[in-house]
Amino acid sequence: MATVVLPRSLVALFPGAERRVDVGPVTSVAEAIAALDARWPGLRDRIVEEGPRIRRYINVYVDGQPAELTTPVPPTGLVHVLPAVAGG
Amino acid sequence: MDQHLLVLLGTKKGAFIAEADPDRRADPAAYRLRGPLCEGWPINDFRHDPASGALYAGGGSPWYGAAVWRSDDLGQTWSHSSEGLTYGDDGPAMRSVWQVTSAHGALYAGVEPAGLFRSDDGGATWAHVEGLTRHPTRDSWQPGNGGLICHTVLADPADAQRMWVGISSVGCFATEDGGRTWEARNTGVRADYMPDKYPETGQCVHKMALAAGRPDRLYQQNHCGTYRSDDAGRTWECLDPGLPSTFGFPVVAHPQDPDTCFTIPLNGDDRGRYFPDAAMAVWRTRDAGTSWAPLRAGLPQQDAYMGVLRDGMTRDDLSPFGLYFGTSTGQLWASPDEGEHWHRLLDTLPPIYSVETALVTA
Repeated sequence: MATVVLPRSLVALFPGAERRVDVGPVTSVAEAIAALDARWPGLRDRIVEEGPRIRRYINVYVDGQPAELTTPVPPTGLVHVLPAVAGG
Repeated sequence: MDQHLLVLLGTKKGAFIAEADPDRRADPAAYRLRGPLCEGWPINDFRHDPASGALYAGGGSPWYGAAVWRSDDLGQTWSHSSEGLTYGDDGPAMRSVWQVTSAHGALYAGVEPAGLFRSDDGGATWAHVEGLTRHPTRDSWQPGNGGLICHTVLADPADAQRMWVGISSVGCFATEDGGRTWEARNTGVRADYMPDKYPETGQCVHKMALAAGRPDRLYQQNHCGTYRSDDAGRTWECLDPGLPSTFGFPVVAHPQDPDTCFTIPLNGDDRGRYFPDAAMAVWRTRDAGTSWAPLRAGLPQQDAYMGVLRDGMTRDDLSPFGLYFGTSTGQLWASPDEGEHWHRLLDTLPPIYSVETALVTA
């Protein structure tokens, strides 16, 4: 089962959301995010912008490697969603 | 039921609510501050919808994009949505919400990149008002320093078909058919930074306000002057004589007198954009812009090296009405007597982007 780890600042936007989420069998980062959006509607919009592509200041890693929406996720893959250094 | 005055503040680091007994609105000690709200997102516009009782805040996170926030319990709990707030996967990415205006049962959001969206379910879902962004001049629209932003949305209180928007640095547009078609209305407004000083579009409108009691009168503070229109924006008259500069951001209309409005001139777009001579003042006209006078009592008259942004000034609905403005350095100033005397309510907030008020019972 694939697992997604979400940042505090994202979880805070969705009451009841958890930092570490088992998303079941998914084949790509896009599917993992869709699984999150099904549980917490609107969450995809916070990670994905028009294109569709991962937002400019969000970094996604699959098993420690930089990933995009189309990146495959292994059956027991670990997906990290991390805010990049931005703001002021 | 007690009446409470809420001063709603959009800032660089979230929304804040300063709450007080209306009878003590000039007393800094009377205010209780709540915030930062909206998870500390930059909030460009934060206001109360009297019809629904909801608070709405529009902004954009550098990480998580644009959204409209809603609270149905005066700021205790919040939800947010950007569903439908997009030009589509082929369009430019939505950066931020700059204005949230309720009118005639609908909610409108002015956004960056410039466009207008409408919600008929209290901000849960949004639909693009395509007529504005399909305007024939769209390909020529250029961003101002703050981006290509639709920052002003004005709805005619008596005619649901009629609205105005302000886009920087593009100008004023109006619709008379509920948003289906739009007309550029910038005749008489200068664009000093362009070879043609009076183009159809390209003007850097900073803020517009509807005058009370005269449905076709608007005031406009522009990057290049202060203006009044008496024909719903079709033509504009320059009101610069008597003002200390041609540059400023906010303009606020009197709640009853169409000849009275307030603006905050800054020293100039290339001179630092702070109060002229570093002396803080709000300027008032009582004759529709023929003459102006500064209101300075209680305001610092030296070392005021800060500005006030486009949504940084407002009034309340009390009598006499109060005026409020927030600065780029996080100060909130208020006058309980229509600008005659001023008091500093807050001093250490983040840079203030917007100030609105609400009277609520609780």
